[in-house]
Amino acid sequence: MTVTRKPGAAAMSKAGATRELRSIIDTVLRLARSIGVAETEVHVDETISALTRFANNAIHQNVAEHTVNVSVRTQVNLRTARATTNRTDEDSLRAAIEASLSLADSQPKNPHLLPLPGKQRYRGVQRFVNKTAALTPEDRARAVRRACDLAVKKGQTAAGIFSSAQTQSAMGNSRGLFAAYRDTHAVFSITMQEGSAASWAKENAADVADIDPQRLAERASEKAHRATDARELAPGRYTVILEPAAVLDLVGFLFYDFAATALQDKRSCLNERMGKQVFGKNISIVDDVYHALQLGAPYDGEGMPRQRVLLVDRGVPKNLVYSRGSAKAAKKKPTGHGFMLPNEYGEAPMNLVFSGGKASLEEMIASTERGLLVTRLWYIREVDPYEKIMTGMTRDGLFLVEKGRVTSAARNFRFNQSILEMLRNVEMLGPAVRATGEEAFEMVVPAMKIRDFHFSEVTKF
Amino acid sequence: MYDLATAALDTAKIRGASYADVRVMHLRQRDLTTKNGQVGTLAQSESIGIGIRVLANGAWGFASTDRLTREGVAACAAQAVSIAKASALAKREDVVMAPENAYVDSWQSPFRKDPFELPLETQLALLLAADAEMRRVKGVTLTETDMQFRKIDSWFASSIGSRIHQRKMITGCGIVATSFQGDEIQKRSYPNSFGGQHALQGYELVESLDLLKHAPRIAEEAVALHAAAQCPQKTGTLILGGSQLGLQIHESVGHPIELDRVLGQEANFAGTSFLTLDQLNKLRYASDIVNVVADARPEHGQGLGTFAYDDEGVPAQCTDVIKAGQFRGYLSNRETAHLIGLQRSSGTMRTESWNRLPIIRMTNVSLLPGTWTFDDLVADTDDGILMETNRSWSIDDRRYQFQFSTEIGWEIKGGKRGRMLKNPSYSGITTEFWNSCDAICKREHWTLWGTPNCGKGQPMQTMGTGHGASPSRFRNVRIGTAFSEQ
Repeated sequence: MTVTRKPGAAAMSKAGATRELRSIIDTVLRLARSIGVAETEVHVDETISALTRFANNAIHQNVAEHTVNVSVRTQVNLRTARATTNRTDEDSLRAAIEASLSLADSQPKNPHLLPLPGKQRYRGVQRFVNKTAALTPEDRARAVRRACDLAVKKGQTAAGIFSSAQTQSAMGNSRGLFAAYRDTHAVFSITMQEGSAASWAKENAADVADIDPQRLAERASEKAHRATDARELAPGRYTVILEPAAVLDLVGFLFYDFAATALQDKRSCLNERMGKQVFGKNISIVDDVYHALQLGAPYDGEGMPRQRVLLVDRGVPKNLVYSRGSAKAAKKKPTGHGFMLPNEYGEAPMNLVFSGGKASLEEMIASTERGLLVTRLWYIREVDPYEKIMTGMTRDGLFLVEKGRVTSAARNFRFNQSILEMLRNVEMLGPAVRATGEEAFEMVVPAMKIRDFHFSEVTKF
Repeated sequence: MYDLATAALDTAKIRGASYADVRVMHLRQRDLTTKNGQVGTLAQSESIGIGIRVLANGAWGFASTDRLTREGVAACAAQAVSIAKASALAKREDVVMAPENAYVDSWQSPFRKDPFELPLETQLALLLAADAEMRRVKGVTLTETDMQFRKIDSWFASSIGSRIHQRKMITGCGIVATSFQGDEIQKRSYPNSFGGQHALQGYELVESLDLLKHAPRIAEEAVALHAAAQCPQKTGTLILGGSQLGLQIHESVGHPIELDRVLGQEANFAGTSFLTLDQLNKLRYASDIVNVVADARPEHGQGLGTFAYDDEGVPAQCTDVIKAGQFRGYLSNRETAHLIGLQRSSGTMRTESWNRLPIIRMTNVSLLPGTWTFDDLVADTDDGILMETNRSWSIDDRRYQFQFSTEIGWEIKGGKRGRMLKNPSYSGITTEFWNSCDAICKREHWTLWGTPNCGKGQPMQTMGTGHGASPSRFRNVRIGTAFSEQ
């Protein structure tokens, strides 16, 4: 059997997509049963995606791909392993089963390995938009052309991407579990350069109609113009107003700290801190795949239904997320956040939603005597895993705020800042939005005004 | 495979492509990890497909598929041409390619032991034994080990007549001990952090590392770091171990010389470069003793940037990047070479997989060995800090200002290595830093380190790069900045 869709074909019906992937799963389960495999789990993922990339006010790369991956996990006598292939004929699927068995057989027994879960019930989510799936290279090229024309008109240089994708996923196992999910995804990102100054805007959504490329181009263009003639300021502690993308790329580094396995391994910054006032009382965080601004399947890598979990309540870490294995070790119930087995990391919350506030960016600026407005952060890395000190740079638009208004652009700073301290120093919160950056996967976070943010050095632009 | 590739080229030509190249690739990978004495990941994967790049109406298009039938490949080629024609709707000028010869060749990276043919039980037993050695040390709270093997076959065909088959065998291996105590987490890795050492070798790489010998040492160091003194904040003399210097080269030399960055093609994601075209042959990049090359040739070593031909069908080359401190060369491809006055690409187009477009990539960007023995270098240092094994790395989007931290440091006083230091870090401006280099250790201390996780491009591609380096000394460096005011 092979997947018969042609490259670049428009979206097929949900029923058709599910039926096609389910037939691959059924074939694997039948083949595994025929050779006496005790337990088998199958994941099938299909992606059709395209990305138009532009720079110097012209398209310079333009790509499309169509991939199918079938991943088989067998479990025999307390041993398990995974084999993955992108070939869907019976011989290749049989070879993947045999490879998984051979890998599994080579290891010692794992007494903690659990039997596969049986049938589960899932809450439905609708995240597939035909208009996104049907986006053509010509559609993307026309939007890019308009953005580039704006850059030329303004004496600027544009670079960025316009992409669209549709994914179909399904999983099943030999105990009768079956789950399926599909979504669409569009991204427009643009950097506008004016001389040595630059600024940036980016959005992503399931529905391409929710993205307005020209509005983003205009925003980046206007900010790039304001970013010229940047002043060099002294490093030190500043009040900062982080736009949502900047917040996202920092707090995104917290996600794995909420994994029960990370605490069991003593590598989470929340070890010895659960139940304590770690963050400010204005910080509450849930993991919620069902939130209207989130994307993602309603089940985890083991097929367990994802649950909404309150992680932080008014600054106090309250709960963790659990896979089946870490839940058993901690005598808790799984929350549906496990990764595909076998793995050493366990689980993680992948759909963080921060509670927001009501302050607009303008109100944050107006209330600031002296501070910095940050568009975006870049190359963020962890310096200290327990105090959660992160380093990185500002990028594409850093602005000085004085007496309630933006007065000039500033040269980019390096920061060395503890996220724990930062989330104790939040003075104002904007409404939570679906933010997108480059360091973390998309989450729902607000803009934040934060006092005493630590910039350690300045660069040359 | 060449039949399918030829079918794709034929379709592209019929549909209006003025140039086309095709990569059929078959990638096999095996991953083994352990954690705290248990097997963690145990998985293997394979992926095979075709990527077709075409030039039509003066603009690029690329499409890929895993449907390896004549029908599937023809449809993919037609899609690539259609995409190229759409690209032409927003072009400013036609793409111009530097001339290149056609090659018909086959090459395999040398290896002695195929890890896919060796008993998996032996490989797991070694990792579990190293894991156990680390767990014997009191105070260690987490132990991790890993091995990764990749075998990549690629069949390249182009409309100028090239037909090139290459097979690469890649091996990686490393171990990590972590200790949580009080209010800090300390970690030591061997032979390098973030997955260990990676090279274009077979299982002989794993055997050469002697994991069991080093496991107790790094475990003891991870625990000892809790009681070590904090790295001071000062401006002073810094000696970098080879693996950390390899990453320093990667970030502050390798990326800035990528010509696509210089020309603004990566401005939206990876960033640009301070090495604007007017700097070539003029900029004093480093001190006189610094010589850096980008060398993909097998004679440079079995690095992650070693090959016979790049993914644009250009033979592997050695390019002078920094010669006696002067900036001499960029990494280019057939599209950009003419912009810096070259008649030919420097051969650095590389792709992660069949479903990704080749882009300009580092090959083996290496600091050539100097003249010092390591012992003489330490003995010659009155007051300095030796830093080893990367813990964090960050640099701005034009590659001026950087900050690195390492897992461990050692105070050097009066020409002798003294007490251990924890949380070491340093920072600086790229050209100021490289101009402060006053000593480089000789060939016997030189290792071609592998960086397996270099991300670039949209969609993101992960690529392995090589960086030869030996311990070296730098003066007047800002030290301890990462923990200032914390």
